[in-house]
Amino acid sequence: MDNIVIETNLLTKRFGNFTAVDKISFQVTKGEIFGFLGANGAGKTTAMRMLCGLSIPTSGSGTVAGYDIARQSEMVKRNIGYMSQKFSLYEDLKVWENIRLYGGIYGLSEKAIAEKTDRLLQTLNFENERNTMVKSLPLGWKQKLAFSVAIFHEPKIVFLDEPTGGVDPVTRRQFWELIYQASDRGITVFVTTHYMDEAEYCHRVSIMVDGRIEALDTPKNLKLHYGVKNMQEVFYHLAQTAKRGD
Amino acid sequence: MDAISVNKISKSYGTVRALQEVSFEVQKGELFGIIGPDGAGKTTLFRILTTLMLPDLGTATVNGLDVVTDYKEIRRQVGYMPGRFSLYQDMTVEENLTFFATLFGTTVRENYDLVKDIYQPLEKFKTRRAGKLSGGMKQKLALSCALIHKPSVLFLDEPTTGVDPVSRRDFWEMLQRLKKQGITIVVSTPYMDEAVLCDRIALIREGQFMGIETPQEIVNSYQERLWAVHSNKMSSLLAELRTFKGIQSCFSFGDVLHVTVIDDQLSPASLKCFLVKEGHADVEVYPIQATIEDCYMLLAK
Repeated sequence: MDNIVIETNLLTKRFGNFTAVDKISFQVTKGEIFGFLGANGAGKTTAMRMLCGLSIPTSGSGTVAGYDIARQSEMVKRNIGYMSQKFSLYEDLKVWENIRLYGGIYGLSEKAIAEKTDRLLQTLNFENERNTMVKSLPLGWKQKLAFSVAIFHEPKIVFLDEPTGGVDPVTRRQFWELIYQASDRGITVFVTTHYMDEAEYCHRVSIMVDGRIEALDTPKNLKLHYGVKNMQEVFYHLAQTAKRGD
Repeated sequence: MDAISVNKISKSYGTVRALQEVSFEVQKGELFGIIGPDGAGKTTLFRILTTLMLPDLGTATVNGLDVVTDYKEIRRQVGYMPGRFSLYQDMTVEENLTFFATLFGTTVRENYDLVKDIYQPLEKFKTRRAGKLSGGMKQKLALSCALIHKPSVLFLDEPTTGVDPVSRRDFWEMLQRLKKQGITIVVSTPYMDEAVLCDRIALIREGQFMGIETPQEIVNSYQERLWAVHSNKMSSLLAELRTFKGIQSCFSFGDVLHVTVIDDQLSPASLKCFLVKEGHADVEVYPIQATIEDCYMLLAK
């Protein structure tokens, strides 16, 4: 199907005797907001690194944006965006310099970068901050800017690794509104979070336990299936079965 | 005597005012939460109270000791778990714990009872280097190291940030057990749902406290008319309610939207009727009790 932008088949990663990711198979479609949940140490980061072309699978396979994650990792990297809470922007560069840097890395022309920068700053209401050092922006603004920079080159998929950790409640919600806008434009959003209310905002959610995907469905169906009223309880239910310990 | 007393503490970094005339007291044996996002001033407050930084203005005491003049004695009496993992990554689990015990002139054996519950799951990894531990284990080790000299006051700066919901719940259970042993605990968190687990909380924003009360008092003092709204088209529902006259604010809260209503004439039934006419199905509108997060968002406005 053309609509599938991420597909894995028994994707596995072992470090010595330790199986970090254990035969995971799933598909994510165009424009979908896919929540990738799991306890600390369940294997989320390792799985995400493989999907981003940063780590070679031990066995199994996967395609992202139509490219094989093991053999075409450079093409994968060109067609995705990435943002994490820990690292997103260069603090000692100005707002416009950060945008230009990322635009340049992804091979956009100077002209395209200039035009898109104007539009981006306008949409975010950031026009007055063009020359501001990123380090002096409030965290919430940084996160919004980082997300916009991560999708600046119009990738098919954007990977967000705990994008809202520590962000205030209003900004956290505004951030999700940006995610919805990206999804409406057809960008697939692959997101990890420890906020279970945010799990409810995803179209579908997978929950990893001990390297395997133990559940994958819409939040509504997961709640129905486990007979609980919110995603927090779904998570408790599944994560408690973990044997690996973290 | 209060365990902690803070009187108009202010601290600036250049032009950034990290803390502005913050005052509060923490009673002995209390579990006191400081709730607010990154950059609100939580860490600055912890550094001042643990004598690692001097305030620009104001005074503060811990166990009756002044944070400026009596810093040496305070350091013996308090435990501090900083937000960033700050144990020795190249030392093993056991070496870290022994090191911290030795620094304070005690031994692991002498105070083992206090850390037993927390440290036991780590014992099978005691020869592993601290840097090679997973997030949850690092957190347990850091807490063990902060407790090994039997402090009477414990400062925990965002101990659960980046930690999954199950580990967060376990961590709070550990805190409740420590509280039962009479330890005063000051803990900061960006997670609003953790606020209800504290005896009292301070909501902090941009260097200022917006209120210090029990979680129940904070929720009770919420005066807005607050409803939950749900339909089969949540995304367009949000946009429509934002422009609806009589509704002041509208935000996502899990699988529902929370709206504050300023029009006295509007009832849940009439709003539901309107939304059905607009083409929404499975519409539900009902009044709800505010959560701490609702209160925070109102106060932060």
